[in-house]
Amino acid sequence: MTQPAAIALQRAAELRQSLGTNFRDEAVRSIYGEAARIAARATVTANSVRAGLDQRIDRIVTSPVFGLPIMAIMLGTIFWVTITGANVPSALLADGFFWFEDVAAGAFARWGVPWWITGFIWHGVYKGLAWVISVMLPPMAIFFPMFTILEDLGYLPRVAFNLDFLFKSAGAHGKQALTMAMGFGCNAAGIIATRVINSPRERLIAILTNNFVPCNGRFPTLIMLATVFVGASFSPGFASLAAAGTVLLVVLIGVVFTLAVSWALSRTILRGEASAFTLELPPYRRPGVMRILYTSLIDRTLFVLWRAMLTAAPAGAVIWILANIYVGGTSLAQHTANYLNPLGHAIGLDGVILLAYIIAIPANEIVVPTMLMVYLGTGMMTELDSMDDLRTLLVDKNGWTLLTAVNLMLFSLLHNPCATTILTIYKETLSKKWATIGALLPLGLAFITCFLVAVIWRAIA
Amino acid sequence: MSHNCETCASFSELARMGVNLGKFDRVVALAGNPNTGKSTLFNALTGLKQHTGNWPGKTVTRAEGGFEFNKVRYKLVDLPGTYSLLSASSDEEIARDFLLFGTPDVTVVVIDATAIERNLNLVLQVLEITSRVVVAVNLMDEAARKGMEIDLRSLSRDLGVPAVGIVARTGEGLQGLLTTVDGVASGEIKTQPLRVAGTPEFQRAVAELVPLIQEAAPGVPNARWIAIRLLDGDAEVESALTSGRLADLVSGQQKNAERFSQKIALQGAQ
Repeated sequence: MTQPAAIALQRAAELRQSLGTNFRDEAVRSIYGEAARIAARATVTANSVRAGLDQRIDRIVTSPVFGLPIMAIMLGTIFWVTITGANVPSALLADGFFWFEDVAAGAFARWGVPWWITGFIWHGVYKGLAWVISVMLPPMAIFFPMFTILEDLGYLPRVAFNLDFLFKSAGAHGKQALTMAMGFGCNAAGIIATRVINSPRERLIAILTNNFVPCNGRFPTLIMLATVFVGASFSPGFASLAAAGTVLLVVLIGVVFTLAVSWALSRTILRGEASAFTLELPPYRRPGVMRILYTSLIDRTLFVLWRAMLTAAPAGAVIWILANIYVGGTSLAQHTANYLNPLGHAIGLDGVILLAYIIAIPANEIVVPTMLMVYLGTGMMTELDSMDDLRTLLVDKNGWTLLTAVNLMLFSLLHNPCATTILTIYKETLSKKWATIGALLPLGLAFITCFLVAVIWRAIA
Repeated sequence: MSHNCETCASFSELARMGVNLGKFDRVVALAGNPNTGKSTLFNALTGLKQHTGNWPGKTVTRAEGGFEFNKVRYKLVDLPGTYSLLSASSDEEIARDFLLFGTPDVTVVVIDATAIERNLNLVLQVLEITSRVVVAVNLMDEAARKGMEIDLRSLSRDLGVPAVGIVARTGEGLQGLLTTVDGVASGEIKTQPLRVAGTPEFQRAVAELVPLIQEAAPGVPNARWIAIRLLDGDAEVESALTSGRLADLVSGQQKNAERFSQKIALQGAQ
């Protein structure tokens, strides 16, 4: 300690003694008192109509009876609109991209370009990109504007208000509901948003559990599975409704896991009580159209899509190489998948799915395309023109059952966060320990949950 | 509804410069309670697209952008919202550290016209540490809709610093705000900030500590605030002073102030 610093500290201690105990309370009181006086002089209030309307709305959307059901209905509606709206544009994009793949590959062949260059570029890198864009762009372009409207309207703090009692009883911070909502867009963004939580203990809980809300990279997987396996067993009129209900159910399971893991953490390694906090419920504001479009399409959709494309291109290349290097008559991809098969089977999945998850560690967006590319192999460049083709490929050719679909949804919901998110956890906590726990805790839970579901399912069926 | 103000006459002197800060003459910080419209004002002045949303806590990092007004180049720093300078969550720390140690030329405290009393607590705390303050009373349209009338002259007189009414979403009042910021920065507008905290003994104790602190941490801005925190027995400030972390913090904030930040291009994507 430097000499002048010691002198200053000592003098401060002496002066503190001489001032008595409540001088600072006095100071705070005088600030509050003065603020009240100045505000009273500066404000003239007449009777208001609008504040009354806000209050009436709040009485319904934050009521103990209607609050949670209204939230669930809104979320379900958003999913339903996303699923129904994205179907057609997704198919159109896929048709267009894959048509071009054939044309370009054909042209390369005519020009005498070696088959492996054509394959690597068009059936590897390009195909990976095409999949990601056609599967992800339409749902995001529909989901994000709706989410941003709710955000601009002022609904998010009401969500936090409604869920507060649940988080409190789990020993976590009520603002975790806000960071959870941000996680819908991107878990890395959700983890940065946890800065609003004061207590380090509760902030860590929010960071470690943010992964249990499916981010936008994982939504397409959930939507696809819900459409192909659940929606398809209903009549066409109800198919999209059933699919939306399934996605909603998966999200609710995620919330249950968030609360359960928060509860467990706050009673073990992050012991403590939930702290009190104030949260303003801002007035409802009319969302600005241009701002919504900018935020949802440029900031969110294109940002997420760009990131997905950056990882999809190299992943497509890796898959193509793995699928085209043969050792003993079998491709490397197939070797790895066979090796992983026993583990995959034990948790109700298969080796190809696990291989896809390993390749997709940089970004969750590419799980489905990876999986499909390995299933399709290289010899048969079957185009998947419709969901029916997809069903045929998965069920008839690769032995998927309803259990596979259910467990894949659960695995997708619970498994380790993507590399970007893990890196964000490290940056925010500056601790390798918490980053490791943030990666392994969800992964372990995913394995255990899927294993238990598989065991029970097989015992019953 | 909002009109495009880039073409209207009153805005002829404002040039939005985005992240192209280049050289700047003055640094202006945007402080205020959460959800009072700091980021909206930031976007209106710089032409940037910081993420805005109707909920407290949207901004968790510091964003920087530039604008030119009356041939003077400004760097504008958008800070996370905070209710108090004493708070401890890490987004609020970012705001507090910059206000205390980043030495902005002018601090604009953005307050919510519909909740003046609560917002004034922060204003009074900011006045404790700096006199170059402009109070921007935002959301004047909402206050009017709620049937509230705000007496800006009474507010200015009581606080001893200028108070300007604005509607950041539509750009209303920004001309007046910038003229006032210019006046305070150049010294044309003299401020006499209201300092309410404490008894005469308390003020004497603060005055006695200030030179001791300046000796312990040479060049530290806001020795006054540190003195108050030491009298309060703030362990964090005590250890910052003894370990030399305070000096690092000051130089860190000032280094940041000199760096032409491109960070926003990344942060905007959150």
